[in-house]
Amino acid sequence: MSSTAQKQSVQGVSTPPKKIDIGRLLLEGRAFFALIAIIIFFSFMSPYYFTVNNFLIMSSHVAIFGLLALGMLLVILNGGIDLSVGSTLGLCGVFAGFLMQGVNIEFLGMTFYPSLWVVVILTCLLGAAVGTVNGVLVAHFKVPAFVATLGTMYVARGIALLMTNGLTYNQLDGKPELGNTGFEWLGFNRLAGIPISVIVLVVVAVLCGLMISRTAFGRWLYASGGNETAADLSGVPIKRVKVTVYLLSGVCAALAGLVLSSQLTSAGPTAGTTYELTAIAAVVIGGAALTGGRGTVRGTILGALVIGYLSDGLVIIGVSAYWQTVFTGTVIVLAVLLNSLQYGSSSKSR
Amino acid sequence: MSLAYDNLPKVDEVVLEARNIAKSFGNTHALKGVNFDIHRGQVTTLFGENGAGKSTLMKILSGVITPTSGEIVLDGEAILFNSANEARAKGISIIHQELSLAPNMNVRDNIFMGREIIKGGQVDFAEEERQARELMAELEEDIDPLTPLEELRLGQQQIIEIARAISQKSRILIMDEPTSALSAAEVEVLFKVIRDLTAKNVSIVYISHHLEEALTITDHAVVLRDGTMTAYAPRKDIDLEWIVRNMVGENFDLGSPPTGYNFGGTALHVQNLVIRDTGGGDFNVVDNLSIDVKAGEIVCVYGLMGAGRSEFMECAAGRLKAQEGHILLGGEDVNKLSIAERIQAGLALVPEDRQKDGLVQTMSVGQNLSLASISEFTRKLLTSKVDEDNLVDTSIKAVTVKTSGSEAAIGSLSGGNQQKVVIGKMLATAPKVLLLDEPSRGIDIGAKAEVFKLLAERAKDGLAVVYSTSEVAECLSIAHRIIVMHKGKISAEFDHTASKEQIMAASGESVTH
Repeated sequence: MSSTAQKQSVQGVSTPPKKIDIGRLLLEGRAFFALIAIIIFFSFMSPYYFTVNNFLIMSSHVAIFGLLALGMLLVILNGGIDLSVGSTLGLCGVFAGFLMQGVNIEFLGMTFYPSLWVVVILTCLLGAAVGTVNGVLVAHFKVPAFVATLGTMYVARGIALLMTNGLTYNQLDGKPELGNTGFEWLGFNRLAGIPISVIVLVVVAVLCGLMISRTAFGRWLYASGGNETAADLSGVPIKRVKVTVYLLSGVCAALAGLVLSSQLTSAGPTAGTTYELTAIAAVVIGGAALTGGRGTVRGTILGALVIGYLSDGLVIIGVSAYWQTVFTGTVIVLAVLLNSLQYGSSSKSR
Repeated sequence: MSLAYDNLPKVDEVVLEARNIAKSFGNTHALKGVNFDIHRGQVTTLFGENGAGKSTLMKILSGVITPTSGEIVLDGEAILFNSANEARAKGISIIHQELSLAPNMNVRDNIFMGREIIKGGQVDFAEEERQARELMAELEEDIDPLTPLEELRLGQQQIIEIARAISQKSRILIMDEPTSALSAAEVEVLFKVIRDLTAKNVSIVYISHHLEEALTITDHAVVLRDGTMTAYAPRKDIDLEWIVRNMVGENFDLGSPPTGYNFGGTALHVQNLVIRDTGGGDFNVVDNLSIDVKAGEIVCVYGLMGAGRSEFMECAAGRLKAQEGHILLGGEDVNKLSIAERIQAGLALVPEDRQKDGLVQTMSVGQNLSLASISEFTRKLLTSKVDEDNLVDTSIKAVTVKTSGSEAAIGSLSGGNQQKVVIGKMLATAPKVLLLDEPSRGIDIGAKAEVFKLLAERAKDGLAVVYSTSEVAECLSIAHRIIVMHKGKISAEFDHTASKEQIMAASGESVTH
């Protein structure tokens, strides 16, 4: 692999060979082929796997990780990492639950029941606030991303626990006379047979894809992730880019939190524990480089599907939860191995 | 290393020969078949300009990199080093130009890094400390071995690097620019140590930009130019003029100052600029600098490493903060503007290190070229592919980048073409003043000529160009005016009729310590 790369770089100005390299194709489309392999394998193992309904159910599970992974992709493209998304998800779920219970303002002696849209918007704002804290810490105070987001991970989880005293909000349905019904809509309803959560994921993915491939911001993101000094000297506002990606990652976590608590019709303070790791795994399986500057929305969604379809498939054919962990881990390591194969050859020829 | 030799007159015995050494990095041929001898107990100095291949050759001799072809003969036996450790085992060690020390560890641990003295399964710190103290005494440096390295000045760190190499009891010691960060007194001590070492039959290979300084210590001179050895002679046969002549070579035509037009108004006005040392040192890297550059004028800033050229340019571009002074672009003070705003206003910098500061390796040639002018092809929210392609195609033609297409990986280009991409990226922002920090660094002579031609053409269109260089031949190419910097100050100013000797003298290059 490295010898062909070497040869190409020696020829330099000549046009790259046009012949299709099977190995290269398999390597670049690995997440896609892995997904196909998983679907074929489980379809043989279980008659229930390959049904429209099962795919929709699995996809609504994927929606949670997918949303987190999209936010994580932005951060990883920037060369950072966001360990706080799982906790932010939990905190935002609890916050939404808290709003649904009604906000009692004592000195007015009144209880407000915000309508569903207000709940959604306020929750997203909370996610954005947590993300902004991360972004400001990393961009302006130069705290390493790993440490800054590790800190917010603990703080967000702690606040979620404090808010409920460790308990779970169960009554999220709302009351018609208060005008705040419909919370289960996100998690349960379907539009033309497709779960709303899946539609949310698709919409966010399309917006995200457009943003990183077709806007100036997207170009700034790839550039500052690939080489921050070069981007800086080219006039890219690297700090603003950095704060923005963490902010967006927080919003994605808030959306995921809303979807999850809606699916469960309850908001627990421990929801989403270790989800940040699954999100990172999805991004990595999707071919993004943890060093920044490389990665796509398509790959990340495929990565989330690989993880989701694999673990649900294992459940369906009755493999123990312990083995699921082993399989997921193996897939992640394999993915990283292939990543270093793909990107390692080009860096060596430099 | 028998003692009997010590009192005998020096035998001109070759201890190491390099035969036909060639090394290529992708498209760049750093060395093209170099022959080179090292004599026992003598100092051999390598002379050559930046990019001549000196450091590459030394890295090969010390096993850091392996040559593409050629062989190394040590004591009459052909050998091939696969790592620096193998070379070290054979008694060859190197003091790198870039320090290879761990700033978080103390002096003692740095000196013995990787070859700790072990006693009873544990590191014998007491013995290490004793030896470290001895070394410091030998080098006449008052440094406690337990001081963390990061608390030392750069020059002192250099001394530690030297101490480490000496402590390895090498037969061949390679010193790559050991004096660049040293004070005059420290250089004196270093030279005394070198004489002690040669008296003990240690062979020294010495590389330095300070020509006269090197002449005082060397026994043999080898001159490299563009990856080939151009001259070789023992000390008694040569002088400074001989070295310069062989270093610079026949005048390869790097162009001449563009004529046939009048300069415009003052494009860049720098007044009493002061920049403090960013490394925390108590001195100014740029000291009270004032320069005026007119539209259409090409100014060359010449100076040695550390003269303050890079800092001046980085400050003008907005990367470094000025302590005092003003930078005016077409009469507007840019002091409060961000890098992006300065680019917008028409002040662009092509940084010195194109790999580290100029290019985004994960992006294609086209994306690199368009990086500084994204707003040019952004329509409302989204970027326009058509407009971007137009901009990239225009840029590729304007700076004559040889590439298979705008989609090609940036790493597939040769050094010269990569440099053109960085220049093209900044030219695409339609600057009024273009600063280029060592634009010719690490690119071959043909590409240099093309880059200079390109700049000369732009100057005719009214662009003010300021470029820095540490190669005197490049001062006397397209520049209308040459400004020589020495220790943060302007030490001289010449027009394009100046001689190489005049320029070098003003830079402090030939000042003996």
